[in-house]
Amino acid sequence: MDLALNEPTGDTVKTTTCYMCACRCGIKVHLKDGTIRYIEGNKDHPVNKGKLCAKGSAGIMQQYSPARLNKPLRRVGERGSGEFKEIEWDEALDVATGWLARVRATDPRQLAFFTGRDQSQALTGWWAKQFGTPNYAAHGGFCSVNMAVAGIYTVGSSFWEFSEPDWDRTKFFMMLGVAEDHSSNPIKIGIGKLKQRGAKFVSVNPVRTGYSAVADQWVGIRPGRDGLFVLSLVHELLRTRKIDVDYLARYTNAPWLVIDAPGTEDDGLFARNPLGYPLVFDLESEAIVSSGKPVDRPALHGNFMLEDGRKVRPSFELLVRRYLDPCYAPETVAAEIGIDAPVIKSLAAEMAHAAFEQEVVLDIPWTDAWGRQHEQVVGRPVSVHAMRGISAHSNGFHTCRAIHLLQLLLGSIDVPGGYLHKPPYPKSLSSLPRPTGISEQVSRNMPLPGPHLGFPTWPEHLLVDEQGSPARLDRAFSWAAPLAAHGMMHAVITNAWARDPYPIDTLLMYMANMAWNSAMNTTDTIAMLTDKDVRTGEYKIPRIIYSDAFASEMVAYADLVLPDTTFLERWDCISLLDRPISDAHAPADAIRRPVLAPDRDVRPFQDVLLDLGARLGLEGMITGDGKSLYPGGYRDYITNHQRQPGVGSLAGWRGGEGTQRGKGKPNPDQIDRYIENGCFWREELPPSARYLRHANRDYLSYAKEMSFVGSTAPITMNLYSEELQRFRLAAQGHGNTVPPAAERGRIETYFDPLPFWYAPIEETYSRQDDYPLHAITQRPMAMYHSWGSQNAWLRQIHGQNALFMHHDTAAARGIADGDWVWIKSRHRRIKVPVQLVDGVNPHTVWTWNAIGKRSGAWNLAKDASEAKKGFLLNHLIDDLLPKESDRPAASNSDPVTGQAAWYDLRVEIEKAQPEEEAIPEPRFPDIPLYAGLVKPSNELRFGARFRSGH
Amino acid sequence: MTSLPNTPPEKRLGLVIDLDACVGCHACAVACKEWNTGGIVAPLSDKNPYQAEQTGAWLNRIHGFEAAAGEGEIGRTAYFPKSCLHCEDAPCVTVCPTGASYKRPEDGIVLVNEDACMGCGLCAWACPYGAREMDPLEGVMKKCTLCVDRIYNETLDPADREPACVAACPTSARHFGDLADPQSAVSKMVAARSGYDLMPEQACRPTNKYLPVRKKQLERMTEQLAAGDTTAEGFFSWLDRALSS
Repeated sequence: MDLALNEPTGDTVKTTTCYMCACRCGIKVHLKDGTIRYIEGNKDHPVNKGKLCAKGSAGIMQQYSPARLNKPLRRVGERGSGEFKEIEWDEALDVATGWLARVRATDPRQLAFFTGRDQSQALTGWWAKQFGTPNYAAHGGFCSVNMAVAGIYTVGSSFWEFSEPDWDRTKFFMMLGVAEDHSSNPIKIGIGKLKQRGAKFVSVNPVRTGYSAVADQWVGIRPGRDGLFVLSLVHELLRTRKIDVDYLARYTNAPWLVIDAPGTEDDGLFARNPLGYPLVFDLESEAIVSSGKPVDRPALHGNFMLEDGRKVRPSFELLVRRYLDPCYAPETVAAEIGIDAPVIKSLAAEMAHAAFEQEVVLDIPWTDAWGRQHEQVVGRPVSVHAMRGISAHSNGFHTCRAIHLLQLLLGSIDVPGGYLHKPPYPKSLSSLPRPTGISEQVSRNMPLPGPHLGFPTWPEHLLVDEQGSPARLDRAFSWAAPLAAHGMMHAVITNAWARDPYPIDTLLMYMANMAWNSAMNTTDTIAMLTDKDVRTGEYKIPRIIYSDAFASEMVAYADLVLPDTTFLERWDCISLLDRPISDAHAPADAIRRPVLAPDRDVRPFQDVLLDLGARLGLEGMITGDGKSLYPGGYRDYITNHQRQPGVGSLAGWRGGEGTQRGKGKPNPDQIDRYIENGCFWREELPPSARYLRHANRDYLSYAKEMSFVGSTAPITMNLYSEELQRFRLAAQGHGNTVPPAAERGRIETYFDPLPFWYAPIEETYSRQDDYPLHAITQRPMAMYHSWGSQNAWLRQIHGQNALFMHHDTAAARGIADGDWVWIKSRHRRIKVPVQLVDGVNPHTVWTWNAIGKRSGAWNLAKDASEAKKGFLLNHLIDDLLPKESDRPAASNSDPVTGQAAWYDLRVEIEKAQPEEEAIPEPRFPDIPLYAGLVKPSNELRFGARFRSGH
Repeated sequence: MTSLPNTPPEKRLGLVIDLDACVGCHACAVACKEWNTGGIVAPLSDKNPYQAEQTGAWLNRIHGFEAAAGEGEIGRTAYFPKSCLHCEDAPCVTVCPTGASYKRPEDGIVLVNEDACMGCGLCAWACPYGAREMDPLEGVMKKCTLCVDRIYNETLDPADREPACVAACPTSARHFGDLADPQSAVSKMVAARSGYDLMPEQACRPTNKYLPVRKKQLERMTEQLAAGDTTAEGFFSWLDRALSS
């Protein structure tokens, strides 16, 4: 046979950044005659090193999806009917400008701007700030804000985005609650390395799929019990004396003296000298001294007295007393967490063995923040990664704090083999911004004076008025959720509908399928979006503007639709100001660039936002004579916008000549340099700046030079959180900013300065006897969010979902494989098909998230499997907790950070009656074909024309 | 009927798949679909791509299943990627009535000459592994080509001359090479890890090999660390010694 073995892949190849999920892998897109022939991983790229997941390879089908919107749409039928007319961009932008200008001139708070899987938050947040509304956030509130905050308040960085396990050196790796999609390629590459080296890999997860399937040990924990499990490990390490005392004394606040004066306003705070430095007791000089200078031998326990007579104790003493308590002993907690005591003990012993018997010593000379030279770096090769199974519970903040505490006790933060920070982290809490948005900061036609989102360290930083009422629509940074550092998108529609704390005029959303799988309580959310005021006949949420590239369920609920491009048709930047792509030893950022021109009348949302900003006359978006400051759109902004002098969207190739990085004047050729380099910039740290960076002089100097940190002072890691104690004191009535009476009990309980475990709050209301099973979800590795379900290839892999249930659990209820069942929560019931498995905790049922689709959405046929067999668990999850007598209904969220608690769900399951139809319930009316969309053919021969000789 | 090469191929190119590292992510399957739907066997058609009963031609599929716990064993979830194994004694070739199916003498790759394929499907019946794919729209048989249009492709960077599935696999569970050469990396891997033939009783002598799941590191630390005093005072007296040492 004569085969065409030397065909070039295409005629053009362009690098860019994938957007099929949140990993931001580097890709090479091969084009042939203007059509995509092949997408492959970029071998030079720091994130994926040439690898590419199923979603990434299916990017072609996303690009040619028949669900792409074509043109701006204006609603003509009732909201939710899906009836639209196509309009021109001029009209769409005029309408939007009219609505927004009126809001801005009357009450800027009445614009709520929330973005979902937005990777341009540095732009969208800045735009909202310049508009002047306090009501902005992205999807972090229902993703993992409790873990982000727990990390920042404890170790100065956080899981996933701002840290990674040292895959090359770790000897014991424990993964806690990681659903299959986080984070796709980096974790898989890392697991591949562990396999090659033979390092031990333990997966703690109620479900035994994906990563858990290849773990050396699967620990099928009961959902919501990870915190108790981890604190039991802590108990074991303390009991067996397997902790790194020197690390604790040197790098954490273990020696800092805590004031012991119950009932006073200082109780539980650190004793400080007049300059504000915490005090420690120096065992050498036998005196209380400032921690501002290094103390080689500080006391880690004992009772001491300050000059003014107040009693103090090192914070570590409090920690030890708490976790040595028999209530954390493996034998005590085993039944609650569903793991046998010997397994817990064995895991603790293995961790201790790896940390202290297999330490990694690297001959890397380095200098600490106090100027002392060290010839080596000692590593404790134990690492942990955690994600969804921790974050989606109402106890996730404290659970994540407990995980970091465990790592600190082992001395495994930012050491070889341990958990490594990714630049620009670690950051000290004192250097991070505070939230902005109280009423004094909101003025008509004026920008907000600061960023929306930040990290409160005092009650005075909350966004509340004198009565303690929230300034933000979502109640973020109020007493309901004081540390809601990513906002609370999951509360926006409910609160806007209820006009509580106040009504809004316009809801602007981007890439957030809130009328379907992105909402808790989908059924009621849909009803709220269409509910009208009986007196006026107006919608309770008067105006909704939505931007999406695809015909999602949410489009049907918009009054004005601004069609976005695909990720292959636009500019983006993956910025150090936002969520960069750094790895542990190299800060890095990246761009996305158009590899194709849109063949539809659509515009990148970021361009549209800058255009609207100019039309509205927003400061920073117009020139002195009122013209657009960024006529070149987002590309122009990426190059020329400066957040502070010399600091812009991208760190690479700055300055007039492009020779500077980090800081430097805008470089008109900067984007060309990125393109030449594969669309990313990466700068490797020298060996001396790679470890112990919270106290590494070379690193801290570099970080200051790069504007990652404000000073070169060492960053102390917080076993004990004085910040939380300040809020607890406020709840006890101390200080000028105190919670309303109804919130005091909650704040006092949950703002414990040391991590503790409590049952997920939902379990207070869904009693064990009535709802004995946990119900959770995860996304499969080959599908991400609803954007994947329309994909011709991916929907052949996951086109429907079932409820996975343990054989024994099913047998006890007379349920057989393939049966249809009713799942009941305290909120609602749904009907679904069942698949029986062994690899799941018997108290737990689960399903794939976001596979179920509303009939007609995404331009799928009305009888598509996604609609006829697929389902959403979301309907079962109440977004509110039941009303208590003394306080209004609270959000179903982590009480510290406002993180949506969608894994707290408890259910009971019963077999459907034989006469009931085998179709999921609830059902919703079909979504019609949106204007401008064309029904696709039922035959696809993609690539036929690329074949040589055809 | 069609003949196999008279003499064994000089090279036996194939895949080695590590079942200990496969997390069932489908990266290999979609990379394969993506490459091959535009390559020498293009297209890999899809029927009902956006409708009910969606189906299509895939040259590599991942099967997930659970192995129940046997006596003294622990149950496990397993993922099993499967594509043509490029057998030495390939029954799909010998059964072909038109000569469309053939095994290349130079490297052992089994291919289909679509011009000669009448879509009778006999080869699919003959293959004990179910590794052949009738294209739902084209009516001809498709199968893994081992990316023959990549591995010899001089327009590609030498580092890229490997099958698309191997290039994509994020956990590095897939390896490509010459299994006739005992010194090749894949042959050494097979020797070191006791790589095995799938269903050897079928006597097809498959070229592809699977590496078994490693013995799980389940040995508990039986010798628990010395039981410490669980009183705080006991701990603190230890702490004083630890800090001063």
